[in-house]
Amino acid sequence: MFYREAGQYFGSYVQDRQLLPLRQDRIGMALMLAGAVVVVPYVASDYWLSAILIPWLILALVALGQNILMGYAGQLSLGSAGFMAVGAFACYNLILRVPGIPFLVAVALSGVCAAAVGIVFGLPSLRIRGLYLAVATLASQFFIVWALDKFGWFKNYDTAGVVTAQHIVILGHRFTAPWEKYLLILAIVAALTLAAKNMARGSTGRAWMAVRDMDVAAEVMGLSLLRTKLQAFAISSFYCGVGGALFAFAYLQTVEPSAFSIELSFRVLFMVIIGGIGTILGCFLGAGFILLMPVFLNTVFHAFLGKAVDSSIASALEQVIFGVLIIGFLIVEPLGLARLWQLTKERLRLWPFRH
Amino acid sequence: MAFFFEVLIGGLLAGVMYSLVALGFVLIYKASSVFNFAQGAMVFFAVLSFVGFMELGLPFWAALPVTVVLMVAVGMLTERFVLRPLVNQSEDTLLMATIGLTFVIEGVAQLAWGVEVRRVDLGIKDEPIGWLMDQAGVLVSQLDIVAGVVAGLMVTALALLFSRTKVGRGLRAVADDHAAALSIGIPLRHIWALVWATAGVVALVAGMLWGARSGVQFALTFTALKALPVLIIGGFTSVPGVIVAGLIVGAAEKFAEVYVGPMVGGGIEGWLPYVLAVLFLLVRPEGLFGEKIIRRV
Repeated sequence: MFYREAGQYFGSYVQDRQLLPLRQDRIGMALMLAGAVVVVPYVASDYWLSAILIPWLILALVALGQNILMGYAGQLSLGSAGFMAVGAFACYNLILRVPGIPFLVAVALSGVCAAAVGIVFGLPSLRIRGLYLAVATLASQFFIVWALDKFGWFKNYDTAGVVTAQHIVILGHRFTAPWEKYLLILAIVAALTLAAKNMARGSTGRAWMAVRDMDVAAEVMGLSLLRTKLQAFAISSFYCGVGGALFAFAYLQTVEPSAFSIELSFRVLFMVIIGGIGTILGCFLGAGFILLMPVFLNTVFHAFLGKAVDSSIASALEQVIFGVLIIGFLIVEPLGLARLWQLTKERLRLWPFRH
Repeated sequence: MAFFFEVLIGGLLAGVMYSLVALGFVLIYKASSVFNFAQGAMVFFAVLSFVGFMELGLPFWAALPVTVVLMVAVGMLTERFVLRPLVNQSEDTLLMATIGLTFVIEGVAQLAWGVEVRRVDLGIKDEPIGWLMDQAGVLVSQLDIVAGVVAGLMVTALALLFSRTKVGRGLRAVADDHAAALSIGIPLRHIWALVWATAGVVALVAGMLWGARSGVQFALTFTALKALPVLIIGGFTSVPGVIVAGLIVGAAEKFAEVYVGPMVGGGIEGWLPYVLAVLFLLVRPEGLFGEKIIRRV
């Protein structure tokens, strides 16, 4: 009843294949974007902006990268945080060493750096798959973080280990208020999401999915495995790199290797699994879920126990709940929250009738 | 030269520890083609529980069987609530499920026993053996020797279990083909529960030896991750392969740390095993003793 496509006819293929063919979707998307741009900066407090919304958008971007590699191209990777670290340090060094480089150019170039590293570490994927590849990506994770930590050049020979990120300056304007950073990140993430959506539904995405479903068959059909797999690694690492640069500059405000540990890689992996493997929407849902879960748990503890719980117990409990959720989602709904949303839309379409 | 041998022996014996953890992986992989990412967490959980029971006042000989029972229970619960619902899913899905399991086990371990670092006392000294030091000038501790002997015994026992017993035949049949094994009447669930229980016991032994060396702490789960490259080099399905690969990784890591480490500021140990594994994969994807991987379209 609420979500019907009745009466909407497509007179041409262009109309049929547009990004959002349904009027309801277009209206919904426009409202959401308008809300995110106009309403949120006014309504949200600084805490919400800088502790929830900014990391949410950034991690959704990283999850997008992970999903391109894992969900679309089917190459299991446990090293996304390593590529984020490459992006963050590339951005830091570019701004430090190239005088007058515009911030956005630095961010884009740090994505390119991460993509280059991603291609190198993606090379083993040409010979190995599945579990073996997962271990190979662990190698990238540990090696990158170690290299960034040990070679002083990357940190500009800072001995403290924690490097303060430079300010974000675009066209002479310094982005300091949370809402300014939020809008900047929103714009970057929106643009990259649109690009990802278009890649995923175009020939690039079809090639990835063909390789994912059966690489030998894809090769027989004339797809170059070398090209497709490395392309997936490059684009995925680009997203992770840009995400990492933003993570360091807009969220952490420091550049340190220890922030990009394997824990973060696992968190990104969980975002993709819970959100929905192989969906764009799922990245945003999953990232939001993983970020809000601790906040929600804290509130629940407060409500039920009336006092703050010891932080080590809270984090252990959080771990258990994450683990159970992962297993639960894999068993009950392997396609994640995005699939649940899709089912809801189906229901809304027929409601209040059953068939 | 004595220094060289000391590094070599130290590395080999550290490798034995990796082998012990990797053994648990191989057991489960052989029987259910599940890559159990949670093995490291099981090592941590097992030894933490063991120490916990001792702290509750149980003597050594009582704490041991209680922990064994606990690990068997963990294995069976895993089989019931994680593996059984996911039967016939792809290997990647199962891997991700065991990553989830890792989080659950680590979380439960910390909820039950707290987060502080503990000592585990096995009554074995972790000090250089006097006469070896005097005779050959090589530093080898008693604990290292015990670890080596235990690893040898366990591998022999497991090899016998796999090749000589009825259960072992069942295990190999299940590993070969789930459906075929089921159809000739091999009780799949019992076999799986058994394998997970055995892996739990192996984890306990590995954890006790490791805990005696470096204390029982959360970092154990990360060290245990190094069993993954060991597995890759040894081949996923080979028990002897794991031992050899463990020795290779242990020795290579120590040599790199001692001879190359000072040049780049140390910490090579953290990633060398993984890079070694990747290089190995490029040359020999099935590992040293693994079965040749045949993929059918």
